[in-house]
Amino acid sequence: MKSGANDLVILREIELAVTRGEAVAVVGASGSGKSTLLAILAGLDTPSTGSVELDGQDLFAMDEDQRARLRAMSVGFVFQSFQLLPALTALENVMLPLELANDDVADAKAKEVLERVGLGERLHHYPKHLSGGEQQRVALARAFVVRPKLLLADEPTGSLDADSGAEVIRLLFEMNREYGTTLVMVTHDESLAARCGRVVRLAAGRIVA
Amino acid sequence: MKQSWKMLAQSTRMLARDWRAGELRVLAMALTIAVAAITSVAFFADRVGQGLARDAHQLLGADLVMVADQPWPREVAAQIERAGVQRAEAINFISMASAKESSLSGVKGVSENYPLRGRLRITKAPGAPDAPAERGPAPGTVWLEERLVTALDAPVGSRVKLGRAEFEVAAVITLEPERSASFFNIAPRLLMNIADVPATALIQTGSRVWYYLYAAGPPERIKSLEKSIKLGRGQRIDTLETGRPEIRQAVDRAQRFLGLTALLAAILAGVAVALGARRFVERHLDGCAVMRCLGATQPQLLRLYAVEFLVLGLAACAAGCAVGFVAQEAIAATVAEVIRAELPPPRLLPAVQGFLVGLVLLLGFALPPLVQLKNVPAVRVLRRESGAPKGGTIAAYAAGLISLSALLVWQAGDLQLGLTVVGGFAAAVAVFFVAAWGLLRLLTHRKIVALLRNSMLRYGLANLRRHARGNAVQIASLALGLTAVLLLTFTRNELVEAWRRSAPPDAPNRFLIGVQPEQLEPLQAFLAAHKVAVPDLYPMVRGRLVAVNGAPVSEADYSEERAKRLVEREFNLSYMSELPGHNQIVAGAWFSSTEKALSVEQGIANRLGWKLGDELTFAVGSERFSARITSLRKLRWDSMKVNFFVVAAPAVLEGFPVSFISAFRLEAEAQPVVTELAERFPNITLIDAAAAVRQAQGVIDQLINAVQFVFLFALAAGLLVLYSALVATEDERRREAAVMRVYGASRAQVTGTQRAEFLAMGAAAGLLATLGAAAIGQVLARRVFELDLPPSAALWIAGPLAGLALLSLNAWLSSRKVLRASPALTLRDSV
Repeated sequence: MKSGANDLVILREIELAVTRGEAVAVVGASGSGKSTLLAILAGLDTPSTGSVELDGQDLFAMDEDQRARLRAMSVGFVFQSFQLLPALTALENVMLPLELANDDVADAKAKEVLERVGLGERLHHYPKHLSGGEQQRVALARAFVVRPKLLLADEPTGSLDADSGAEVIRLLFEMNREYGTTLVMVTHDESLAARCGRVVRLAAGRIVA
Repeated sequence: MKQSWKMLAQSTRMLARDWRAGELRVLAMALTIAVAAITSVAFFADRVGQGLARDAHQLLGADLVMVADQPWPREVAAQIERAGVQRAEAINFISMASAKESSLSGVKGVSENYPLRGRLRITKAPGAPDAPAERGPAPGTVWLEERLVTALDAPVGSRVKLGRAEFEVAAVITLEPERSASFFNIAPRLLMNIADVPATALIQTGSRVWYYLYAAGPPERIKSLEKSIKLGRGQRIDTLETGRPEIRQAVDRAQRFLGLTALLAAILAGVAVALGARRFVERHLDGCAVMRCLGATQPQLLRLYAVEFLVLGLAACAAGCAVGFVAQEAIAATVAEVIRAELPPPRLLPAVQGFLVGLVLLLGFALPPLVQLKNVPAVRVLRRESGAPKGGTIAAYAAGLISLSALLVWQAGDLQLGLTVVGGFAAAVAVFFVAAWGLLRLLTHRKIVALLRNSMLRYGLANLRRHARGNAVQIASLALGLTAVLLLTFTRNELVEAWRRSAPPDAPNRFLIGVQPEQLEPLQAFLAAHKVAVPDLYPMVRGRLVAVNGAPVSEADYSEERAKRLVEREFNLSYMSELPGHNQIVAGAWFSSTEKALSVEQGIANRLGWKLGDELTFAVGSERFSARITSLRKLRWDSMKVNFFVVAAPAVLEGFPVSFISAFRLEAEAQPVVTELAERFPNITLIDAAAAVRQAQGVIDQLINAVQFVFLFALAAGLLVLYSALVATEDERRREAAVMRVYGASRAQVTGTQRAEFLAMGAAAGLLATLGAAAIGQVLARRVFELDLPPSAALWIAGPLAGLALLSLNAWLSSRKVLRASPALTLRDSV
């Protein structure tokens, strides 16, 4: 993966296979290429060379819109900064991926997942009226509502205090098991990484362990 | 199919959510205002147009109307007979009538078969049920308009004196077809039999009389008759288009005001739409990135947003049409008295125009930024600095602007007006941007900033410099909105004032017209006996300009409307040996009594292109005379004295048939003098100029009131632009302030910095807006309304002050918002 005029190489010689149902933590210092790796796995960024296969399909043989459709069906996201739409209520935020996929029962499915993350009472609250932990739980619900095969999480507790972070992580692992989702999680937090089945360490764009 | 429905449903859901979040209100309001402004004018114009078409023949009273300021030659009447069509005649003039009271009346002597088309309606007493009249008034009787019955205190059955004759009031006129289109009916109607006119002895030298010939019959005969008539000077054929130039002009001006204002509202709304859409896009970049991340494809996003905006657009257009419809009812109600005709209900076409304008606005100004949304890279969810790709938007706006211009020009139905407004607007945008940018660079030049002691001022100005381009856009938008507001308040008032002043240029209190030479002494004695200061009486000869330096003149030689009218009419010529005190020579020298010389007013000389030494030839009746211009005079039209455009040396005009004219002041309580004067000198017309002006102004005021409705739309659009420009950078300022506070800036420092920034911008925008409003006002006054607009001190004071005040207010509101939000929250929201 190259970037910029001076051919700044961000990731090199990465070979990583993740099997169905596995939970993988990606750790490393700032600038080690963790987020870029996540973006490439999601098909949000394109590498200068190399390939990524998801469920046997070559991501970069597809165009951007085909990748988007694949994401719609198979990939869920949780971000450090939540990325909820401020104009939408909690329920509407969770319904959004289903609506984009023209799901007729988006409403019922979204309510069910929101109840699962303990926000059944706050369906109609806007993000600005929710605490950070609550917002991240909405984001979790939004990620799981499409029953993704792969969940990509980018520092999911990075913006949260310890208690809220612990609650979000508990839910994340529980739901990951329940839904049989494959998890790739970028984190700084070694203790969090330790809860994953495998830890991948990045330094200067390479896998070191 | 099912897929489309689902998409529509999804777009509608998004619309409802964005609406709820308040993201679309400015956009929707802008569209609604634009459509309301356009449709209110279009609905109204459509109704007037339909009404005119429907009543065309009745309004004329015939199929063909011929008007002349001299009696028609017998040959023309014979020509009408030969054509095998019906013929009627009328004579029109203004005269005093008296019964118990006296009043000026618009006398019309008609043949008994008048009108040939449409019917007169009459009744026995004001307010009683009326009925169509079979024929015009019988000899020895007159019919009065209701206003005149009251003014004269002359009910049906009483007697009215008119000149040397006396008549019985036989009916009250409730509807005179020819008059229903008359927007200026200063003197109420007195209808009499044409055979009785000579007995009044009112038509004498110097009287202003209009001679009418009416014809009606099968269209082909009327057509060939119209072709066969050779018109001389002072003769014309009236159609609805050409007839009554003074009415046409007033209505034209009103329609131009209306059209112009609607255009302005629409274009301003376009700017508000563009600004609103930009803000919408900026606030939705993150959302779009999330949606792309969640699997929305580019075409899907584009379709979703396009449909969302389309649904919003259609709803706003529908709301705009509804508001426009209500507004046109109000306009029609306001001018009902002026139009005095039942207007047919509006048709659907104006609504279609409104929808077209609304949708073009939306597509032209909202679509270009909206298209960028689909290009938001999904990776923005991880790396915020990946923004939306830019470029190509100027071309997209240009396409929108061109299609909107074309639509507006079509809608206005006036190419010149449309192009002036659209062109002026585009030029203003460009000039404002460049000027704002230049001003910013100058104001924030490092050397200037370095001179400042105050750190907040320094930081504020440095901030301005850093965002020079964005701030220039904001200043230009602010200046634009402010220009519109200034234009619609100050400049509009001045235009309206200038329009008012232009209605009658010579507006004294009382005029005496048509005094015959042998009446001079008795009249002076009469006035002296009644303790009225005896006024100067000026001789007046009516003559038509036929040649300048030997070359024949016609109105076709002039392009300017006012010049055409001046040439078409007969001039009131006077002669005198002394220069009147309220006149002033500005070029050449006053003539001696025996010279063959003329002195002309400098304004008319400029307008008609006359110079000192030019030889003018006038025709008086069948005789002609020529003389050279030896001096130019400046007049004071508001001097309440009699003024003449052209004054000759006595040697030139003595011997021509002459009447005398005077102006003097008569206080309101002198009504008995007026009544007695009318009895003693029945042929003299005494015009209460002040009342006539008031009445004319009443009509103009009504038209102005109608225009106000549309002004409100434009004003609202201007304010929307102001608002959109102000909120455009609100988010960014909030973030910057949060960063400053995190790094330890005090509240005072934060607000001080922002205040410095806003004040500089306010001063720049206010200055630019003042310049813009002044320049546009001048162009409009000269090119479109043919008025002279003096520069306004009020505008130059109010403009910059408004800019400063507005931005100070904004600075205060915005710093309150900025300070109330916790920096942590602000920064977290914007991560």
